[in-house]
Amino acid sequence: MSATILFWAITFAQIMLTIAMVLALTRMIKGPRAQDRVLGLDTLYVNSMLLILVFGIRTGNTLYFEVSLIIGILGFVATVALAKFLMRGEVIE
Amino acid sequence: MNHVADFPLWMAWFVAAFLIIGAGLTLIGSFGLYRLRSFYDRIHAPTLGTSWGTAAIVLASIIYFSVLQSRPVFHEILIGIFVTITTPVTFMLLGRAALYRDRSEKNPEVPAMDSPKSILDELKLMDKPESVYLESGERE
Amino acid sequence: MSQLFPYPLLIIFLIIMWLLLTSFSLGQIIVGTVIALVAAQGMAALQPAKPRLKRWDLLLKLIGIVLYDIARSNIAVTRIILQGNKRKRKSGFMTIPLNLRDPIGLTILAVIITSTPGTAWLGYNFAQGTLLLHVFDLVDEAVWLDLIKNRYEYFLLEIFE
Repeated sequence: MSATILFWAITFAQIMLTIAMVLALTRMIKGPRAQDRVLGLDTLYVNSMLLILVFGIRTGNTLYFEVSLIIGILGFVATVALAKFLMRGEVIE
Repeated sequence: MNHVADFPLWMAWFVAAFLIIGAGLTLIGSFGLYRLRSFYDRIHAPTLGTSWGTAAIVLASIIYFSVLQSRPVFHEILIGIFVTITTPVTFMLLGRAALYRDRSEKNPEVPAMDSPKSILDELKLMDKPESVYLESGERE
Repeated sequence: MSQLFPYPLLIIFLIIMWLLLTSFSLGQIIVGTVIALVAAQGMAALQPAKPRLKRWDLLLKLIGIVLYDIARSNIAVTRIILQGNKRKRKSGFMTIPLNLRDPIGLTILAVIITSTPGTAWLGYNFAQGTLLLHVFDLVDEAVWLDLIKNRYEYFLLEIFE
């Protein structure tokens, strides 16, 4: 019984997070401006981080936690660099 | 999903509820990002996913692994702390970048740059006696 | 003593983080302590301004209030997004004059405002001490002004100044 509940909850959560990723990706492709695309990319990173965390719950393997932490760190660095680029047009001054 | 055969039922409901809440909030946040009209509206939407969306999924993961391994497992709290610290930095930088770009394009919908303008006003005030003097000097 | 352990809170946090990332064993505690001490020395070399906390009890109360506010505004923003265009909604910029000047207090205020859905921090004017916000649901400016000034800034002023 509890296995069934968990299975369906995890499946629903994964479907919802995948739809969220598609929506963020749509915003990233559509734009219309550069800051919208960067915001879409940041949301995409956060959503994929959460998706992998849920994937870790599905498999029962704690190794996915580290994958998700690394994705979070990469997303943070990427967004900060892109936002800095938008501010002045140069990353390194 | 064979490893969860002897998972306590009420704990399973807890984990399931937190998972659905977290994923649902993240989905609503991304939906808002997709649907809202202006950039400054859109910047509010993803914070749903980064505040309680992340917190709920992290809580679900903590409960699940603690029950599964019969010992407290709470290293997922690091993801929560990390997201809480980094999200304000990214969103503040993005907001300022967008404001800077809109201001440099003289978009009328954003408030004008206030600090350089006020400094200029002060300079003008300071210049006034001098310019009056110059004008009178030219007249002579 | 204070030269060997310049930032005790940071050292404790780093050791806990190291243990969470690896495992709780005596060897990892030793490695984690060494790494935390080296990192704290590196932090001391940067010479950041030392925060002077006056009221620890109020800091905990502020954290509780902020968690409650984040949950509440999550529900509010969810409702607005799901309602769509049926309800008339106005979003806009607003400027708030602040009395808070402590840089760490301002940082905490920025974290609170940005991580609460519905408000976004866009800029702070050091010369005039004014804060530029974007508010998602700007029905009444006075409500938001009251929230920032009397709910958050009041506590931060008590804690830091």
